[in-house]
Amino acid sequence: MDKKISHKPSDIAPDGFIRKILFFGIKKKNKNSLEKRFRLSEFLAEKIIAATSFVSFAFIILIFVFVFREALPIFSGYTDKQSVISDELEQETYGDIPSESSDEADRHEELHQSEEPVTIPDLLSTTWQPVSLKPKYGLVPLFMASLKVSLIAVLIAAPIAILAALFTAFFSSKWTKEILKPSIELLAGIPSVVVGFFALIVLATWIQDMFGLEYRLNAFVGGVALALSVIPIIYTISEDALSVVPKSYTEASLALGAAKWQTALFVVLPAATPGIFAAVLLGIGRAFGETMIVLMATGNAALFSLNPFEPVRTLSATIGAEMAEVIFGDTHYNVLFLIGALLFIITFALNAIAELFIRRRLMRKFGGK
Amino acid sequence: MENGQIRIQVKSLNLWYGEKQALENISLDILTNQVTALIGPSGCGKSTFLRALNRMNDLIENVRTEGEVLFEGINIYDKSVDAVELRKKVGMIFQKSNPFPKSIYENVAYGPKIYGIRDKKSLDEIVEKSLRQAALWDEVKDDLSKSGLSISGGQQQRLCIARALAVDPEVILMDEPASALDPIATSKIEELIFELKKQYTIVIVTHNMQQAARVSDYTAFFYMGELVEYDITRKIFTTPSIKHTEEYVTGRFG
Repeated sequence: MDKKISHKPSDIAPDGFIRKILFFGIKKKNKNSLEKRFRLSEFLAEKIIAATSFVSFAFIILIFVFVFREALPIFSGYTDKQSVISDELEQETYGDIPSESSDEADRHEELHQSEEPVTIPDLLSTTWQPVSLKPKYGLVPLFMASLKVSLIAVLIAAPIAILAALFTAFFSSKWTKEILKPSIELLAGIPSVVVGFFALIVLATWIQDMFGLEYRLNAFVGGVALALSVIPIIYTISEDALSVVPKSYTEASLALGAAKWQTALFVVLPAATPGIFAAVLLGIGRAFGETMIVLMATGNAALFSLNPFEPVRTLSATIGAEMAEVIFGDTHYNVLFLIGALLFIITFALNAIAELFIRRRLMRKFGGK
Repeated sequence: MENGQIRIQVKSLNLWYGEKQALENISLDILTNQVTALIGPSGCGKSTFLRALNRMNDLIENVRTEGEVLFEGINIYDKSVDAVELRKKVGMIFQKSNPFPKSIYENVAYGPKIYGIRDKKSLDEIVEKSLRQAALWDEVKDDLSKSGLSISGGQQQRLCIARALAVDPEVILMDEPASALDPIATSKIEELIFELKKQYTIVIVTHNMQQAARVSDYTAFFYMGELVEYDITRKIFTTPSIKHTEEYVTGRFG
């Protein structure tokens, strides 16, 4: 055999520094050996991908831990916190010269006295007055507000989104679908501040004129604006759920002499129910957590009322409006974090239930054998 | 061809999928209360032809049909004919059993409900009668509320037959109804076909030569979108007049 074409391992070694690194460890071995090799590139790629996914998971955990840690002092550790406040209050005046007048000392005394630990009954009261001599941290009106606005939003968004999804999945031509689906999904891309601005300036006036309302900004306006941001979510997921309903169901129904709308309503829609239910849950989750739109459009008065046409202050808007002005480490600060934790738990639970519904029910339904 | 009452008369039917012609100039008569089998190699157009008989091809985009399919003397491709009404009279069973993800009862009652029957008692009667006709009643009568997807493959296919019978069609089109079933389930379907032809006209597409020979009265052999031969089944399988048919039914190709 000609020596020039015989391949020594060194002949197949790649040129260049980078390739040398990538193929580190395999150079020495016989090319034809079936022996297990260590491939650095493969090892690195695997580890980097694993690490990246782990990092995103870790972020969630860290945020979770942080939010809960900041909320925790409400329920425990009040004794040492009070001493911290009285000792360090002067140092937190950001450049103001601490005056030792008796006036100031009295005020401190008063503040000090008002810093009583917040109890569960306090949180369950119906007044939210965090900035006052006797602060009241009743979360009920905030929670009610979030519930009210989300409910209004979903009641408006769900029928529109589900019917739109049914239309695109079942009735529309390919061409229409290709235009309709991306454009509704684009709606999700509109910055919420823009939607909020639109609601604040335009929508609120329309709705006030239409219903002759006393308050221009109220839960209903917020709900309608919020519906705009919830529609794409419910639409996309419902559309996906409707699209995976096997064509054989449609065929069977049509072959029985059912009209198209009957097939859509009585076969396709029920078959996709778990997915649509999940879509609505995710929509509620989105509505619950949405901040900017409700902050701009709902009037932000923490009223305790069931009337949808009165101003409300939602959980998320409360954090958005108050967090920037709160004293670091203060009870108010901790309560805001408690609200954050609450929102976190609610949206987490909604998403988890939705996920479970999509995965378990839908897959079992269509999985077949 | 023996004399018999013609149920469906197909006159020079042509069908295109886009540019590709799938059926070329097919003419044949389907006789009342007889089982007509459509045989031929894959892609020969037999399923397409079957679906042309109740306009299921309408659901596929880019399908163009020419020629006439006369059902009760009316061309079903006439503009005035409502495909929905047609499909009430010409039902269809598919290759893969496709019960709805509903209970057994709801599956059978679906058609009658669509037609506006709301009375619980008449629905009960229809469900029982249809399940009996499909030879499924004894097996499922105690768990009608169970999901239609929870029963065996053979039972599912009979459930689909019961569902089709519940709307009282005149013609039943079967697209390889037993191709996904085991021999025992298959024989049950075949027995059923034998029973059903007393009341209904049946057209069945099958890949299985023995099945065609066993269940059908007439057999049509399709090849490359054309109807090669159509005659009494016994004749097709013993003394076909065209050599091509003989080669196919004896298994020399296809």
